[in-house]
Amino acid sequence: MGQTIAEKILSNHCKNEVYADDLVIADVDFVMSQDGTTPLAINAFEKMGQKTVFDPKKVAFVIDHSAPSPLEGVSNLHTLMRDFANKHDINIYDIGCGVCHQLIPEQGHIVPSNLVVGADSHTCSYGAINVFSTGVGSTDCAAAMASGKLWFKVPPTIKINCSRALVKGVYSKDLILYIIGELSADGATYKAVEFIGETIDNLSIDARFTISNMAVEMGAKAGLMLADSKTKEWVSQRNSNRFITVEPDNDANYEKELDFDFSNLKPQVAKPHTVDNVVSVDKVADTTIHQGVIGTCTNGRLEDLKIAANVLKKHPVSKNCRLIIAPASKDIFIKAMKKGLIETFVKAGAAVVTPGCGPCVGTHNGVPSDGENVISSANRNFKGRMGNTNANIFLASPATVTASVVTGKITDPREFL
Amino acid sequence: MLLRGKAHKFSDNVNTDYIISGKYKFKTLNMNELAKHVMEDLDPDFYSKIEKGDFIVAGQNFGSGSSREQAPLAIKHANISGVLAKSFARIFFRNAINTGLPVIECDTDKIDKGDKLRVDMAKGKIINETKNLTLDVNPLPSVMIEILNDGGLAKHFKKNKGFKI
Repeated sequence: MGQTIAEKILSNHCKNEVYADDLVIADVDFVMSQDGTTPLAINAFEKMGQKTVFDPKKVAFVIDHSAPSPLEGVSNLHTLMRDFANKHDINIYDIGCGVCHQLIPEQGHIVPSNLVVGADSHTCSYGAINVFSTGVGSTDCAAAMASGKLWFKVPPTIKINCSRALVKGVYSKDLILYIIGELSADGATYKAVEFIGETIDNLSIDARFTISNMAVEMGAKAGLMLADSKTKEWVSQRNSNRFITVEPDNDANYEKELDFDFSNLKPQVAKPHTVDNVVSVDKVADTTIHQGVIGTCTNGRLEDLKIAANVLKKHPVSKNCRLIIAPASKDIFIKAMKKGLIETFVKAGAAVVTPGCGPCVGTHNGVPSDGENVISSANRNFKGRMGNTNANIFLASPATVTASVVTGKITDPREFL
Repeated sequence: MLLRGKAHKFSDNVNTDYIISGKYKFKTLNMNELAKHVMEDLDPDFYSKIEKGDFIVAGQNFGSGSSREQAPLAIKHANISGVLAKSFARIFFRNAINTGLPVIECDTDKIDKGDKLRVDMAKGKIINETKNLTLDVNPLPSVMIEILNDGGLAKHFKKNKGFKI
């Protein structure tokens, strides 16, 4: 019987031919956690009576959610992480290195066909490079760190066929917002999703990460893509090991298949306070905006920063608006500096902050005030997400965010092309 | 495991930011402190309304959003004995079992605010004593029953030196 990508990767990692709904104990290739989840994972690891991690090279801690630390309580938890990482000789990415979901693939820790778990819900991002990766909690993470294994229920798969190329001014963020709007916030709960087709083939790897990253916003366990020549080149530049790639069989069994033609897709916006509350930009045009955010594991990559800089070099940020930009990693930050993007941002009136998650998760670096409207390139707009229950968050592509902070109101980015 | 308490009702899509906000959870491992802020953005007085053993009863997709294990832990430390919902988000569901918080899928339209509930985890039965109704329960996968019976994944893992399926 044919298999989906998820069934094949899980079969390879439990040395058994398995299908949707089977329970398996599988070997994991990499385990990641961040500063919001690692302290509890360390606690659980110790409660389990564990003394060593299964393979120090295959574990990484990333300090990104509150980096640099804004509070003494956070500082103490960061120290706990550093001490544990040093003791066990595992990888640690400290403040300033960047956001975990940019770093793990960018630093060459993972290759196609891998099985990866991370104590962060957006771990599903790596599906963009043909990796089965999924978010877990701290105790699951501790079990995986200790044993190199975790139990999984093999998910059924929804196949999303994406046809036709996106038009100018419309990006992968608009595509995934649209799909989430159609499927709803729990439309893929417990499922794997395969994003397949011409629209995806035409996208860069940067743009593909945005789509897989947000698979969890419709409840999915993984957001998988095929590995094509772009994927192989991107991975080979970062990891010199040979790797295999995984394709679904022609007779694989899908729970359902959905077809989308994206040739007429407009820029999309998710309105407060749920990610599936999606409309095209014209439906919310002219909504007053007080702050914009460009960055995060969804849209803080070099391509995103270039899109923003192209507008900002001619048009400054509106005097009634602020713009916060957080490059997703140190490498991206350096590349953006070399290309002059950072100078463009600062001259246009943006505040460029340390690579990290701060503004998206409400820990620091841009908590909005009561009643303010924020437009963000992030992946969640829950009430209170950015640290203030009385603020409203709109989600959009970096292009729409930039156009909106230039005019001070939600604006179709195609007006600036 | 026999649980008894009254119902506190919430709607669909209660996400982990509502259960425990990021502004609190990043700075401490003191779960009794986090418990005071549980559900605060949906009901600022929620913590003071809880009597030991009460249930959170919600609609679809309870616990969507982040992977924070502080969410089930804060609920547990707020003296809630279990969460009943029409459906749960995947990571929250695993985290709840892993931290020993009973989570049960059932038709929560048959439960109103304040109803007195009796939940028999072993028999997989919920009795709404106020309405004199018995509710069907979607059973847990076997590995989750093992983990819950052992008091959470840390204890299960220590006892079995790994997972037992």
